[in-house]
Amino acid sequence: MTIIILEIQIILTPLVSPLCAGVINKIKARLQNRKGASIFQPYRDLWKLLHKDEIISRDASWIFRIAPFIVFSITLLIGASIPLFTSFLTNTLTGDMLLIVYALAIGTFFLALGGLDIGSAFGGFGSSREMTLSALAEGGFIFSLLTIALINGTTNIFAIANADIFLHGKYLFPTLLAFGGFLVVLLAETARFPYDNPATHLELTMIHEAMILEYSGKKLALMEWASFNKLLSFNKLFIFLALWVNLFFPIGLAYTPGVITISMGIIIFMIKIFLGVLLIALLESSMAKFRFFRLPDLLLISFILNAIAIGLIR
Amino acid sequence: MLEIITSPISFFILLSLFFVGAIGSLLLRKDDDSANIWSNFFAIAGSLWGLLFSVATIISEHTAAFLVNGSPFPLLSFSFNIDLLSAFFIFIISLIALFCSIYAVGYVRHYYQKYNIGALGFFYNFFILGILLVLTASNGIFFLIGWEIMSVASFFMVIYDRDDQENVKAGFLYLVMTYIGTAFIVVAFLLLYKFIGSFDFVTIKSGVALLPIGAKNIIFLAALIGFGVKAGIIPLHIWLPAAHPAAPSHISALMSGVMIKTGIFMMMRLFLDILQPIPIWWGIVVLIIGIISSLLGVLYALTEHDIKRLLAYHSIENIGIILLGLGSALIFSSLSMPALAFLSLVAALFHTLNHAIFKSLLFLGAGSVINQMHTRNMEEYGGLIKYMPQTAFFFLIGSMAISALPPFNGFFSEWLTFQSLFQGIAILDSSMRWLFILAVGALAFTGGLALACFVKAFGSIFLARPRSTEVTHAKESPRSMLIGMGALAMLSFLFGIFSSQTVSLLEKIGRSFDVLQKIPETILVSNSQGLMIENSFSSVSGLTFLLSLVGALIVVAIIIDLIINRSQKIKIGATWDCGTDLNPRMEITSTGFARSIVVIFKGILKPSIQHTIDYSDSESRYLPRTRTVSLGVGDVYKSYFYQPILTMITSLSMRVKNIQSGNTNIYVLYILIALLVSLFSIL
Repeated sequence: MTIIILEIQIILTPLVSPLCAGVINKIKARLQNRKGASIFQPYRDLWKLLHKDEIISRDASWIFRIAPFIVFSITLLIGASIPLFTSFLTNTLTGDMLLIVYALAIGTFFLALGGLDIGSAFGGFGSSREMTLSALAEGGFIFSLLTIALINGTTNIFAIANADIFLHGKYLFPTLLAFGGFLVVLLAETARFPYDNPATHLELTMIHEAMILEYSGKKLALMEWASFNKLLSFNKLFIFLALWVNLFFPIGLAYTPGVITISMGIIIFMIKIFLGVLLIALLESSMAKFRFFRLPDLLLISFILNAIAIGLIR
Repeated sequence: MLEIITSPISFFILLSLFFVGAIGSLLLRKDDDSANIWSNFFAIAGSLWGLLFSVATIISEHTAAFLVNGSPFPLLSFSFNIDLLSAFFIFIISLIALFCSIYAVGYVRHYYQKYNIGALGFFYNFFILGILLVLTASNGIFFLIGWEIMSVASFFMVIYDRDDQENVKAGFLYLVMTYIGTAFIVVAFLLLYKFIGSFDFVTIKSGVALLPIGAKNIIFLAALIGFGVKAGIIPLHIWLPAAHPAAPSHISALMSGVMIKTGIFMMMRLFLDILQPIPIWWGIVVLIIGIISSLLGVLYALTEHDIKRLLAYHSIENIGIILLGLGSALIFSSLSMPALAFLSLVAALFHTLNHAIFKSLLFLGAGSVINQMHTRNMEEYGGLIKYMPQTAFFFLIGSMAISALPPFNGFFSEWLTFQSLFQGIAILDSSMRWLFILAVGALAFTGGLALACFVKAFGSIFLARPRSTEVTHAKESPRSMLIGMGALAMLSFLFGIFSSQTVSLLEKIGRSFDVLQKIPETILVSNSQGLMIENSFSSVSGLTFLLSLVGALIVVAIIIDLIINRSQKIKIGATWDCGTDLNPRMEITSTGFARSIVVIFKGILKPSIQHTIDYSDSESRYLPRTRTVSLGVGDVYKSYFYQPILTMITSLSMRVKNIQSGNTNIYVLYILIALLVSLFSIL
């Protein structure tokens, strides 16, 4: 039974993540009075890219070739290392919050190196901006997870998901603050508004798209699939939402093994993800992209919100 | 068997190996090749012996304290005390010196016919010998002799490449700062002597209750400044980014990996062992210094485009991280929470070991690159991964380790440091709690910025197209250099995977401190699976992480490359160039890469920008002929810290000068006054 659940856990992330992007695009299109593409369009795009030939720059080294595989595998690994729809599983080996933060950093590291490797001006600047933002987002990221960790007295994410912290009135306010702080980090790390515009190819606004400009075919499919990408931030977005929704509202996780509870868990999980996606789509439709040098202020706000949240826990 | 290896005789064999290496290479100075091989052979043999000695000492927990007779002065005694802490640091120096010496066999060749190889071998061996004395001396004066051997030998190696005036300048800055540090250390030792009446560390430790609290605090400050100069804490760090680039690269690796750690070693020894119990503000000061050094160190590293200066600033950052661990250990021990102090100390010790490994790896990698490129300016590199593939691979591993990416060793020690700081937040009250929150924030930002910095470093050295013609002539380094780097890269991988086993050995060292002996048996449960902290349910496993990552990679690669579409073709083309031919000037530079971060932190870094335009017609000023932009970073320490001190000393000296009028009668009067004063004071 546990093995089946584990396998569902591993497969669920790459399977559902394109749907998230499809739903976001659909909601955005509707809000703009367009009909929009089907919510399954991202799957078709991936399928198409996977069957295309590739062109690789002659300046590229093995770093460029290996980066998509590493970036994608990391998102798979993280997707499997965080609680998605069950809470009775335990993972004392890779379920630590710091491990997840720094494993995500491996993805960023290779993504940025891949952007630098081909020697185009776009790739270099994309990498520079990406590293700037991710360096500044790190403080808020660790702090928002730390708030929850301190309330629960453990940094293991599975153990955190087991406790129903939200129900304790005393921790309500710090949790809400950390929740807000995490939302800011989520938008930064998944390259959504107001950090990056997932619908433009203009070099002045590009961050993620600039880095993967030289990728094509399967590698592009992997890169796109593995998120870190402005248009279809699939896995990472999914992971962030999962982290966010499950960590902060661990209601509806399957507490005991069993077919019914597990399927209930998955359904509730999907509903939670849908709510998160809805929020992102609404945010994107209602605000403009910020100027690059105003973004640090936003990330600093996230950091401070979380620091206050930690200060309030007693 | 262990008895024999850990005996004093064995330790003297260790010392004499380096001594013979030093003297022999001086005698062989006429022949470059034999001097090189002789000095490095004995350094390698000595390092191997040191590894054996230290590992045997740690495993058998056989500490040794012994005295060599024949001291000409009553206060100086050649007494050694090799406890587990010394053994651990001997292990680090031996480990790093071993691979640096292997590397040096090939690296030193490019100095043949240019400088005296024998002298380099002489100073190199004496440098290691000096560090060994520092780590084992148990008498204040004897310690200072070792300290001076270490400092002077490293000074001569900093100015070894003496044709470059910059290096000589850097060497003198280093010498001056070192002596300022030594002066403070002497003050600390003299104060201890005044109140306790001995230079012997063991006697001092047993008589520490005699110290009045005021004197104890002054000793703390003097020792903090004295050893802080060597460790490179901000703002006493200014010698470090100047001296490390000047020295030959294997020396930089040793200086950065090991020598600056002697400062940390003495802080641990004094604050956590000899001077216990200590007031809580000592720990707070150390923690604050850790916060400042780690954050500012990495920010300055980002502004650098000189590869070795960049690495030197990262040493400051990592010393800061070690001090975060040490500072919290001091705070916890003052609050009598030995279990948490123990956890923090183990984190600090582990990071000391890890930093030694990956930083020397990076310095050796930088040395290989500089050897081929003949410049330290990263803007002139680019695309070296195609010409030096193995060096690039090792440098990549070093970069990942220093950026704390799992499963390499840097991650696990930072994880432990994080966990110990989390404990502080969870347990302590109000203001102390905020201090720990600040420390966690500093560590988090440091991690992110270090990652950005090493993307910049690796990207601008090894990736993209060559930015100078020199790159296309670059060749892979000789085998001995590759072995040195490869072994260190392997170690930084192994210490990550086997972090739990390493930590269980480090726990032994932590337990050897008197203040930490009364703790429950297991705080860190380090079993075969991974690191785990008992009371907070935190755990992490490098091996599982590695296996699952490799497994995921293989599965993805098989699915993508073999199953989905096998008929797919890969064409090699040009990078998208928007219609104009790409040239290296269109690539991002390392300065450009870090510019946005520099602008964001402009309040701290004080970046400067200067435009110089040369007009074709100075009258009309419409047609510029050349345009130069120079970017820089303001030297805050010089203008706000060192310059005021200098001005003060100068003006004080001018005042003092007034008493020297040149008139003999006045001098006679001075003598009379001095005589009267001394007479009265005696009576």
